[in-house]
Amino acid sequence: MSRKQTIKLTVNGRAFERLVEVRMTLADFIRQELDLTGTHLGCEHGVCGACTVLFNGEAVRSCLILAVQADGASLHTVESLADGDELHPLQRAFQDHHALQCGFCTPGFLMTARAFLKDKPLPTREEVREAISGNLCRCTGYQPIIDAILQAAQDLRGLKEHAK
Amino acid sequence: MKPASFDYFAPTTLDETLELLHEYGDEAKILAGGQSLMPLMNLRLARPKIIVDINRLSGFDQIASTADGGLVIGALTRLRAVEKSALVREQNPLLAAAMPLIGHFQIRNRGTVGGSLAHADPAAELPALAVLLGCEFSLARTGGARVVTAADFFLGYMATAIEPGELLTEIRFPTWRPGAAWAMDEIARRKGDFALVGVALNAELDGTANLRDVAIVMFGVGGKPHRIESADSILKGRRVEPAVLRALGQAVAEEVEPDSDIHASAEYRKEVGGVLARRALESALARSKNGVKH
Repeated sequence: MSRKQTIKLTVNGRAFERLVEVRMTLADFIRQELDLTGTHLGCEHGVCGACTVLFNGEAVRSCLILAVQADGASLHTVESLADGDELHPLQRAFQDHHALQCGFCTPGFLMTARAFLKDKPLPTREEVREAISGNLCRCTGYQPIIDAILQAAQDLRGLKEHAK
Repeated sequence: MKPASFDYFAPTTLDETLELLHEYGDEAKILAGGQSLMPLMNLRLARPKIIVDINRLSGFDQIASTADGGLVIGALTRLRAVEKSALVREQNPLLAAAMPLIGHFQIRNRGTVGGSLAHADPAAELPALAVLLGCEFSLARTGGARVVTAADFFLGYMATAIEPGELLTEIRFPTWRPGAAWAMDEIARRKGDFALVGVALNAELDGTANLRDVAIVMFGVGGKPHRIESADSILKGRRVEPAVLRALGQAVAEEVEPDSDIHASAEYRKEVGGVLARRALESALARSKNGVKH
């Protein structure tokens, strides 16, 4: 029993070891301890989806997980998407479709979409709507975001075909 | 740092978990999927002194069928695993249909079956389903265990029969009767949000399409899932026709005693509850006629 604990985890392929307070949320850990400030915090009680990251490959709300619970886990944050200056197809599609305005909610949408498209590579518009229903956007509007995700689905499929 | 300070334990065995729960009693709070507890802690509406994180336990996240064709689901099973389970679709289509109504997929990736039931939010889907189907809850404590039926498990607003020192370990779903007519529906402000009002319905049809054994449980309309006691007497031996649907809607609206809150008035919940019950019966019937399984 202790109020501090050492955790080891992998974030975007890099191994980290840190001593953390047990009450620190994973979202705060990612931002404050690892300086990965791409993950945003909106509501901090699981409603807005801005803090969505991949936890062992699954999209989760990082504000609802304690950092200590990620001991041994593999995380991916929005910083994992681009390859250097090369944007990920999802990011490019968001840019092409003007699917971000202020950009605050964007990291959450991107990571949600990333997990969703892995599960459902060729979704219908209705399925995309449902997939992003747990993410709030207050300025862009949802239609361009849906358009972008559908576009990215096509692009990712094209890349896969190409790779074959 | 949002949550108030607490001492943290992450036991890896059931015995260790039960020892901790025994030692700390009502000071200890069990952390499972955290999708309800963590928001409360972030907002400091809950300030537990001791957190017992059960996510490192193994063997409590299994879905299996029982000898009599029911299901037994470990309390730590993620909702997303239930949603994706072919066994659940086969052996309890109503449970499978309820999953997409529970939160968003990011929530279901973490949230657990046991957590949702133990949290007992009156607007949650799983408690209503457990009452409707007559599930059994296995509770373990140091040196003992007991089984509580759903009817006795939910006591009131976020209150259950789980006593300090006890851990919900598994939930049993009774045998699914093939050919049952069923439906689950709700009204929420946004898909995946808690229901303002919801309904779960299960019925049988005899050879001449007359109803029998109709069970209806409403949720979001009071402190705990509300079984509509008059449902079977109104519907037994009847065919689904406009007059019967009207009578059911009226009975539901009269019987439930919802509260008003910022999202909806009690009056609205009563009215919508009646409409939802009618719709549920119609869609259950349509599903049964078409032989659609899901």
